[in-house]
Amino acid sequence: MRTEREDEAAEAALVTRLQSGEAEAFETLVRTHSAPLLRVARRFLRDEEDARDAVQDALISAYKSIGRFDSASRLSTWLHRIVVNSSLMKLRTRRRHPEESIDDLLPHFAEDGHQVPANSEWPLGADELLVRDEVRELVRRNIDELPESSRVVLLLRDIEEMSTEETAEQLGITANAVKVRLHRARQALRARLDPHMRSIA
Amino acid sequence: MSARELITCRELIGFIADYMDGQLSRPALDDFHRHIAHCVSCRAYLQSYEWTVRLGKVSVLENSATVEEAPEELVQAILRVKQL
Repeated sequence: MRTEREDEAAEAALVTRLQSGEAEAFETLVRTHSAPLLRVARRFLRDEEDARDAVQDALISAYKSIGRFDSASRLSTWLHRIVVNSSLMKLRTRRRHPEESIDDLLPHFAEDGHQVPANSEWPLGADELLVRDEVRELVRRNIDELPESSRVVLLLRDIEEMSTEETAEQLGITANAVKVRLHRARQALRARLDPHMRSIA
Repeated sequence: MSARELITCRELIGFIADYMDGQLSRPALDDFHRHIAHCVSCRAYLQSYEWTVRLGKVSVLENSATVEEAPEELVQAILRVKQL
């Protein structure tokens, strides 16, 4: 296992080779970085072929713009951003299906503003839940099943940890729309997990 | 100064995302805390909301951490495209 410092040094050396136009450097780039980039693309694109296309687009685009790469930053971080972009681009060009409404998964309130029905606690804490394979699998499946506009905002904000403003820019929507969609997406995911989490002991 | 009325569950739940981002104004944060102190249902909701965010992040990232080689056909496809 290489250390972080060794990875960083290897990346810096590869950037130098790429920028000086060394023929084999691109192959090294592809062999070293395709797997982690594919894992990122798969979070956004459920279709394997689309995910692979996004990685291909990202690496070709990175190769073409390597001259503009700022050597003060990490190559892997830069590539990560590029593959998120190419995955979002792929999502935009794909045929869109009408989305299922998540309104039923949002909380309901009585006229006086009380939530009905009232909530009860999940018996196990987050740490206890997270050690269970079936819980993590359930969470992933439920994120995957969110309508695309909610899922993408949740991935960008909560998984990629992009800011509200950057997410808004990426998706071409307002910052307020990002906030609304994120809150709805988390509420819908929470509601889908709730019956399972309450029955886990 | 008159005592402020408690906000409703509906208002509290509307504040949760801003609360987690540390974006609530001081008065709104006070309202938030006063409601939470009184309402068992909203305490449970807030906790499960926060856990949902955490479970989502860990579950997705963990899945992506699996060590795996890049598929050779993908590597070859990318190398071919570059030649064009």
